[in-house]
Amino acid sequence: MKKSILTLVIVVLLVGGLLFAAIQGIGSFIQPVSEGVVLGLDLVGGSEITYEAVIPDDYDYEALPIEEGMEVARTMMQQRLDALGYTEASCYISGERRLVVEIPSVEDPEKAVQQLGATAVVSFVDADGKVWLTGSEIQDAEYEYSPTDSTGLSRPHVKLELTDEGREKLHSASTAVLARSDGKNYLAIQMDGEQISAPYVNEALDTNSVIISIGSTEDAEAEARYLANIISAGRLPFELMTAKQQTIGASLGEKSLSTSLKAGLIGLILVMIFMIAVYRFMGLISCIALVAYSALFAVAISVLHVNLSLPGIAGIILTIGMAVDANVIIFERIKEELRMGKTLRFAIDSGYKRAMLAIIDANVTTMIAGFVLLWQGSGTIIGFAVTLLIGVVLSMLVMLVLTKALLKTAVGLKITNLKLYCA
Amino acid sequence: MEKYRGFSFTKHFKLFGIISLIMISVGLVSLILTLCGVNGLFNFDIDFVGGTTFEFQLPVGVDKTVTDRAAELYQDAIGKAPSSVTSSGENGLRIKALELSDTEVESVRDAIANEYSVDIEKGYQVERVSASVGRDLSKAAFTASLVAVVLILVYIAFRFEFKSGIAAICALLHDLLVMLSMYVIFRIPFNINFIAAALTILGYSINATIVVFDRVRENRKNMRTGNFGEIVDTSIWDTMTRSINTTITTLVVMVMLLILGVSSIRNFALPICIGIICGCYSSVCISGPLWNVFNKGRVHKR
Repeated sequence: MKKSILTLVIVVLLVGGLLFAAIQGIGSFIQPVSEGVVLGLDLVGGSEITYEAVIPDDYDYEALPIEEGMEVARTMMQQRLDALGYTEASCYISGERRLVVEIPSVEDPEKAVQQLGATAVVSFVDADGKVWLTGSEIQDAEYEYSPTDSTGLSRPHVKLELTDEGREKLHSASTAVLARSDGKNYLAIQMDGEQISAPYVNEALDTNSVIISIGSTEDAEAEARYLANIISAGRLPFELMTAKQQTIGASLGEKSLSTSLKAGLIGLILVMIFMIAVYRFMGLISCIALVAYSALFAVAISVLHVNLSLPGIAGIILTIGMAVDANVIIFERIKEELRMGKTLRFAIDSGYKRAMLAIIDANVTTMIAGFVLLWQGSGTIIGFAVTLLIGVVLSMLVMLVLTKALLKTAVGLKITNLKLYCA
Repeated sequence: MEKYRGFSFTKHFKLFGIISLIMISVGLVSLILTLCGVNGLFNFDIDFVGGTTFEFQLPVGVDKTVTDRAAELYQDAIGKAPSSVTSSGENGLRIKALELSDTEVESVRDAIANEYSVDIEKGYQVERVSASVGRDLSKAAFTASLVAVVLILVYIAFRFEFKSGIAAICALLHDLLVMLSMYVIFRIPFNINFIAAALTILGYSINATIVVFDRVRENRKNMRTGNFGEIVDTSIWDTMTRSINTTITTLVVMVMLLILGVSSIRNFALPICIGIICGCYSSVCISGPLWNVFNKGRVHKR
């Protein structure tokens, strides 16, 4: 009896704690579910754009492997996103030659698509805005360390390799800039019209390689690498074509979220009513477990920062139905055992034991399907697989352990009228 | 343990077999014809074949005059005709078209948004897929289904016996084909959600089948007499309440989504609902009796 009361108190505290953690969050580790979960673009609105590299037939794979080219393209894209003010946007490489850009809440998605997808133009401009040299005359850009100077230091700098045509143009540019008498003897390097660097010209340049010095600040190396990268981007050897675009208006997204949550809540309540109607006291216990499961699930997706989109929500709702399945199997077994005249305590033990194999086998096969989705799926399907897998694992845990503890507690508290167990 | 003397599923297998054949025929024939190059049987969404889908939330109800006017505006904007212009929900206007360029998409958007003063940031969505992305998706879908089926077969063969694995896979294919039939008959948009729905049903249907098979495994040990068919029948009836109750609880939530959800959710919930019902039917009427057919003539002795 004492032990039973203790178990009951622990369970109540546990369920209450989980609910609290899900809604309010605990400390910095467990955020409230409303903050911890990353809502997909289809729920908050925004744009997802997939660009595909169009590799020309005469592409020189030796000079720039596709992989490196994509990395350059990604750097370029990030630079453009920042320049255009999409600070919350993210950008990643998907597969071999696709680049995915995600922008939450964008005012004019089509304009963004075009601006982002355009090929970057690097140009060398003088103080009057005259363009002397463009990216097509740059053969290569890389960062390296200068030979040690008189102070014994080696500094990072960017080295540009020009074509012969570029060399001529640079020569005339540097001569012109050097001849200026207004003190503006520099040649600015711009990308898409934005100034990246403006080195001063000390002499007329007649060489294929140009060195851009980057001071000696702490992050000079990072800056040199960055510069080399975006200058390379200006001579990106392939075009970026819009392969996929999905833009969802904020109000459409909100509507999807609210209706799905409403459907889930009503569904949950209906399932609870059904369980209590059919399994009476055992059904009630199952309902408590269901609340605990929902709370635990919320905590889990919050801690794991699951990216939740529409199919993911459908996955959650599906796992609610399947979570109850474990209990249905067990309760049917317990009823059977009771019908055979076993005592309640024995029927509960035996019911759980005999149902266990079926539950494990059934859940393992569902998990197989989930893992295959995770492996082959993309985007929202992965979200669906993640919620399905979390749901299967957590529901096994909660629906088996918690209901068993509660049923045993009930027996310990002398709630043993068999009518309550519908035998 | 007593054997059940009520309705025998194993003895009526022919009847269920015929019912199932009728249900899968549409899906199977459509699948074969589509693979042979016949178009238009499945309502392929742009996910698989590439194209553009616009959706606008208009401040007015969408009826025939609105859709006609939208088609006109579309034509004027880029000089091409859209594939289809339909309403979606009360105020939703949906336009489907082939692959469009960046500027074409912008022109169409502006034409429609200006006419009906749509707030682009809120009431507008567009989805564009190129054919190459679509091809990759089809490939991924095919690989995923195949790998899942093989892995599940291996698992069941390992946990039960090989014949039961084959029976379970047949039930699975049956469920998937019935789903395909529904996609053809109800013109459900065939898109990326099909993969998720199909794999959910895969997991769910196998779940139900395994609960029955688990009983067979157990009853085989405990029943004193009887041939394999009787054991199967007894097991099916032993697990009948569970089969029905679980179907109800899972179905309830999905039906709520079907009633309350937005169109993209509904397109996802409908095939899952069908799959759940179908999975229940196949686990009760098909998989067990089929295992019995594969085991024909074997008398169970203790």
